Amino acid sequence: MTCEGWKDLLMGYLDGELDDEQVRRLEAHLQSCEACRKELDGFRKLVAIADEVVPQEPEDKIWQQYWSGLYNRMERGIGWILFGVAAIALLLAGGFAAIREFIQDPTVSLLLKVGVVAMLTGLVILFVSVLRERLFFWSRDRYKDVRR
Amino acid sequence: MDTARFADEEAAILQRCRQGSREAFEAVVHRYMKDAYRIALGLVGNHDDALELSQEAFYRAWRHLRLLEPGRRFFPWFYQILRNLCFSFLRRRRLRHTVPLPTYEGQEVTGADGDWFDPDALTERDEQKQAVWRAIGKLKPKHREVIILRHFQNLTYEQIAQAMFCNKGTVMSRLYHARRQLKELLEKGGLEL
Repeated sequence: MTCEGWKDLLMGYLDGELDDEQVRRLEAHLQSCEACRKELDGFRKLVAIADEVVPQEPEDKIWQQYWSGLYNRMERGIGWILFGVAAIALLLAGGFAAIREFIQDPTVSLLLKVGVVAMLTGLVILFVSVLRERLFFWSRDRYKDVRR
Repeated sequence: MDTARFADEEAAILQRCRQGSREAFEAVVHRYMKDAYRIALGLVGNHDDALELSQEAFYRAWRHLRLLEPGRRFFPWFYQILRNLCFSFLRRRRLRHTVPLPTYEGQEVTGADGDWFDPDALTERDEQKQAVWRAIGKLKPKHREVIILRHFQNLTYEQIAQAMFCNKGTVMSRLYHARRQLKELLEKGGLEL
């Protein structure tokens, strides 16, 4: 085996993850290969340094508030869903009623009616187009699935 | 507590969670919140984002708990949610804050995650530790992940393989490349290894 073939095993050796046979074979190789011995020494120093890097734990009060923050999020999640659905339904119903009234109003000129309807139609087309694009990219997002 | 008893107890708690018990879910959150935070911190590099992402991951876990098959452990499943959230966050952050660069000889451009690795996130902040922390932030996310799981979470190769859906050989290989890259970054910064 070339040195390249032993590289990955150096990690297992450092971390105590090799079986006895792998250790015996790797140690035999190390005895005859100065380059791998040198690389192993470098990695040994790196592991020692990296093990000393310890992230700071947040203060106790952050942990005490952790659940309440999450609980609020869970509760608000349901609230936002209900609010969103109701708001969309109300906006659609109100919007349709307003447009119908506007179109049926004899005091408004035909040109204005056509202009407003064309603008609204354009808005709907733009909205549908953006929504379709978002759905297209979302359906191809490989990180979207959370199930295992 | 031995592993079998721990698993049985967790299965019972999760069953109550599936029936909608928030008290039971609170127990799950208390059991894993510190691990979740530490992993997120290692991936994104600062306290506020790590806290936010770990909480969001628990929230999504709560919403999708029905997808966790009975009998399966919570944390490996939850870990997938957390890492996906963190990776998506990193991609968005990189898109927002870096000018896209062309790939060079097939090398992936890593972006500027290292700039977000806050030195205040460490318990001891001597120059060497800060240099290591910043260098971890410059690794590709998949390399950073394996370093975090091994060095911050002290997971075995078997546990890392389960978390990353790969075999032990891949863990060893990825760890080799991650450590080599880390070593190169530190040497470039003037540290002798």
